Amino acid sequence: MNLFDIFGKLEKVDPELGERVSFNRRKMFGQLTSLAVSAVPVAAATLLTKSYAGPKDAITDVLNYALTLEYLENKFYATALASTVIPAADKAVFTQIGKHEQQHVAFLKGALAANAAAEPTFDFTAKGTFKDVFTNYQTFLALSQAFEDTGVRAYKGQATALMADDALLTYALQIHAVEARHASVVRRLRGQKGWITNNDGGGTPAAIYSGEDNVMQGTVDITMLELMAGTKISKNAATEAFDEPLSMEQVLPVAKLFIV
Amino acid sequence: MENSPLQRKTGLTGLIFEPVKRRFFLRIAGVSVITSTALLSACNKDDDMSPVADGAVDLGKDDTGILNYAYALEQLEAAFYTQVVKTPYASMPAAELQLLTDIRDHEIAHREFLKAALGAAAIPALEVNFSAITFTDRASVLGAAKTFEDLGVSAYNGAGKFIMNKDYLLLAGKIVSVEARHAAAIRDLLNPKTADFAPDALIDGNGLEKVNDFNTVLTAAQPFIKTIISGMNLPTK
Repeated sequence: MNLFDIFGKLEKVDPELGERVSFNRRKMFGQLTSLAVSAVPVAAATLLTKSYAGPKDAITDVLNYALTLEYLENKFYATALASTVIPAADKAVFTQIGKHEQQHVAFLKGALAANAAAEPTFDFTAKGTFKDVFTNYQTFLALSQAFEDTGVRAYKGQATALMADDALLTYALQIHAVEARHASVVRRLRGQKGWITNNDGGGTPAAIYSGEDNVMQGTVDITMLELMAGTKISKNAATEAFDEPLSMEQVLPVAKLFIV
Repeated sequence: MENSPLQRKTGLTGLIFEPVKRRFFLRIAGVSVITSTALLSACNKDDDMSPVADGAVDLGKDDTGILNYAYALEQLEAAFYTQVVKTPYASMPAAELQLLTDIRDHEIAHREFLKAALGAAAIPALEVNFSAITFTDRASVLGAAKTFEDLGVSAYNGAGKFIMNKDYLLLAGKIVSVEARHAAAIRDLLNPKTADFAPDALIDGNGLEKVNDFNTVLTAAQPFIKTIISGMNLPTK
């Protein structure tokens, strides 16, 4: 089972999926609309679940999904660090991030052993859309932020799937927090806040921030709560204070853009 | 291939065939069923809560206890940043005031949300003790902020495995990554453009962030809280 199989299943259910998530090259950033990803029918998710025999497959799939995202990040930073795109002043930050991604890959590969998915071949230009990714620092930073924020949302989206296993759940939470630290520092290098305001991705693909503008937590509307006497919590703060999850069905089409 | 620490500890095969644990049984049985006396007597022998010391606030047990644990930490953080923003250290740059105000608002949102979620089960407002912090001094304030944020992340990550209700687990996940964003931003203010935002002292050789158990966290937090907090009824397995 690997990422391609998962994506293949989605495509079988929705043959137009590949078409809809492909880039519109007329626009540079923000071209991947939330429509492209959210349009994946619910049926796909149902079928995906039903295709698996039991919990072992399901957990292996979650780990391989995580591994594939880590492969992507690891290769991205390894390539950047071997190029001249990162200014000397910022190298220490990306060396540390790159080290963590490498550790995550090794950790997940070790856990999956013979069941580990093979590393895909990546195209970080997304077929030429980001052709200066390793020569223009701003493009590199934008994709770095996109990958880190996606990573945070993707791990969060799998937490409940790992509830049955205390150790695996804890490991996933531990990686999740590290990805969030990465996201924060990268966003700050871009001149953004470390947290996500509404669904503003600062010019990165919109699908990655779909749903981040949610203000309802359970049945509680955060903007109806008091910040202090006479003042309610602002919508900006309400959306920043809670990071939202993304499902596998939402993340895979985004990841697929960077896989050959 | 040599087994990884993860595989040694859990074993992908092993975890599948492990007998269903009591806690997981409760999870799949659904929280609404827990009120059933029959179910309780079948799977929970020590339903009675241990009495706590006089004057101490008991966080409670099960998911309620964990939510109160989070609520206590968020009360501490919210009170801290409220004071920071109210009495900014000398010549606090506008960007730092904005950042600390943002964090204050997030912590208040967390606190108020947890209070609302807990309803009548919420512990009372805690009395804080910030005598160890010099609010006029940047290093003291940011140092305390770093301590609170790192502690918060380790607390949520340590509590995750004890949460029985999946909605609460997801909510804890939504909050913990924001705390990690705070921690990295505060560390970035203290030591910009270094590895300090996610240092080796906190992230181990597998790229995993430090986890702390209830007792460690409460012991670290207690000096900043006048009210004595008891976590003795929190889940242990």
